[in-house]
Amino acid sequence: MWLKFEQRPEPSKTMSYVSPILAVALMFLSGLLLFVVLGKSPVEGFKVFFLNPLKDSYGIAELFLKATPLMLCAVGLSVGFKANVWNIGAEGQLLIGALVGGGIALHFEHTSSAILLPAMVVAGALGGMAWAAIPAFLRTRFNANEILTSLMLVYVAELVVSWLVHGPWMDPDGFNFPQTKLLSPEATLPILLTGTRVNAALLLAIGALLVGWIFMNKSFMGYQMKVAGQAEHAGRYAGFSAKRSVWIGMLAGGAMAGIAGIAEVSGPVGQITEHISPGYGFAAMIVAFVGRLNPIGIFFSSLLMALLYMGGEQAQQYLALPSSISKVFQGMLLFFLLGSDVFINFRPRFIRRRK
Amino acid sequence: MGLTFISSIIFATVVAGTPLIIVALGELVTEKSGVLNLGAEGIMSVGAVVAFAVTHHSGSPMLGILAGMTAGMLMSLLFGISALTLMANQVASGLALSIFGVGLSAFIGKPYESIALASVNPVRIPLLSKIPVLGPALFEQQGLVYFSWFLILAVAWFLYRSKAGLILRAVGESPVSAHSIGYGVVKIRYQAVLFGGAMAGIGGAFLSVFYTPMWVEGMVAGRGWIALSLVVFATWRPGRVMIGAYLFGGCMITQMFVQGSGAKISIPAQFLSSLPYVATILVLVLISRNRSTIRLNSPASLGQPFLPDA
Repeated sequence: MWLKFEQRPEPSKTMSYVSPILAVALMFLSGLLLFVVLGKSPVEGFKVFFLNPLKDSYGIAELFLKATPLMLCAVGLSVGFKANVWNIGAEGQLLIGALVGGGIALHFEHTSSAILLPAMVVAGALGGMAWAAIPAFLRTRFNANEILTSLMLVYVAELVVSWLVHGPWMDPDGFNFPQTKLLSPEATLPILLTGTRVNAALLLAIGALLVGWIFMNKSFMGYQMKVAGQAEHAGRYAGFSAKRSVWIGMLAGGAMAGIAGIAEVSGPVGQITEHISPGYGFAAMIVAFVGRLNPIGIFFSSLLMALLYMGGEQAQQYLALPSSISKVFQGMLLFFLLGSDVFINFRPRFIRRRK
Repeated sequence: MGLTFISSIIFATVVAGTPLIIVALGELVTEKSGVLNLGAEGIMSVGAVVAFAVTHHSGSPMLGILAGMTAGMLMSLLFGISALTLMANQVASGLALSIFGVGLSAFIGKPYESIALASVNPVRIPLLSKIPVLGPALFEQQGLVYFSWFLILAVAWFLYRSKAGLILRAVGESPVSAHSIGYGVVKIRYQAVLFGGAMAGIGGAFLSVFYTPMWVEGMVAGRGWIALSLVVFATWRPGRVMIGAYLFGGCMITQMFVQGSGAKISIPAQFLSSLPYVATILVLVLISRNRSTIRLNSPASLGQPFLPDA
């Protein structure tokens, strides 16, 4: 017997929704296997990793808190990914957004003005956009590959953060820890539910999902970008500007990542440190793909990805495993998704092997 | 500036450039077959941690390198299954490999943090190492440094002087024609991907066993991505990979240069550390600016999946 893939006459819509579910199932299965390999009870491992984080309402609130930056980054990235604009530097854009927005908060630390928070969010978005504009400009003007340039800028952004918190922005009363002062209460996002850490950024994220949905499905520009991504030549023939796709894709990703960054600083983190993001900008790429580049899908896949982050923390605490196990799960999920996607365009057929 | 200082600058540049040469040449062969594997960063990370662990337990750097190479091939096999057999998007598959590899290496490496390996004695080449200045800089190096020079010649010979290399390039330029005259496109691409994985694994091993003989999470620090950029910089030619690698190697050791030159300038360390990344962006811009250079030199089918017809 020999497995062969036969091209379908047209891509299967059903399979494009089944594939993420299949990928998640495969991830769970290999997770159980991984626990066995590591000498842990798979039932216990599964319970600690996937069920423990959600056992009370505080845990569920934390899930939404961690899903917020993922939602924001992923919806921004999905706009570019649809048009084959590969912005993989969201992590750097997130950091620069955090710096610019947080810088405003630190500069106006004695203000109690009501426009401080909105100004910080706008500044965060602009910071992220500025960082994303570099690869967009280099791509449209000099044809430089945006994958490599946007990624290089992540490392540069990390070093800028490191320089600021070790140098000019370091809290003078902070016992030499590499961090800025804590943000004032006026510069902190309001909590939505007392007793939890869920803040107004969740509303921003859900708003971003709505705007993203309207842009991609109801606007002409969104349509142009989808065409450019699915059939480059058709897009060019219809006169859709490829350069504009690059700019919109990049800036959308940068703006959302920047907001995610400032929301972390003026939310759960509370100050600028070198640990603003545990790789949200990279995980958001997986969120975008697993969510089928669709805002509704992204909503659910960001919750799943947040669960993987929390599971990693639980595994560290109760199973004595490094918390980076969550990144192993995230990577596996993306691989399984890419693998399962073969069924969208192909149908498997078993044939007798020809001799 | 004394002669010993110049000698040690050349020495350090060559050491810093060596993993870049090895990884970039592996990727170059992969890309020549028409496959874009963006997973080098992930493969290097896993290669580095596996090589470190095996060297630590066995005491043999040689075994460590072999283990790093094997781990690199296994990682690239994952990419192959996704991008070649299941025909998934190559860019996404490569990204997946990078994310997965960096995460996996952090996971495997946790118990090995804060352990140091004994430094390995260099291989002194008789006579040549006696040349003033250049001798100690170039011919008292680790074996893998000489390997990287050999690899440049070997890859150049393979691609442009051997029949197998001609077939590989044909597969990269026009998989449909190669297929129609009877070459197994997917099989050849698998071999190229595995070679790239092996080299990236060795490159990672060089970092954790020789360069800084220890394991720290994130120690590959973008070298996989820089190696990918190097292939573009070299316009897919093996000889130019060496020039680029030493250029970046030089950028990576500026810290040492500034300290050693005795100049009384205070530049924040982070600015010097960002040089290799900024330099990568600059050279990408300089090379890509001329669209025809890229179009003429890059393999025509780069990044496109190949579907063998029934």
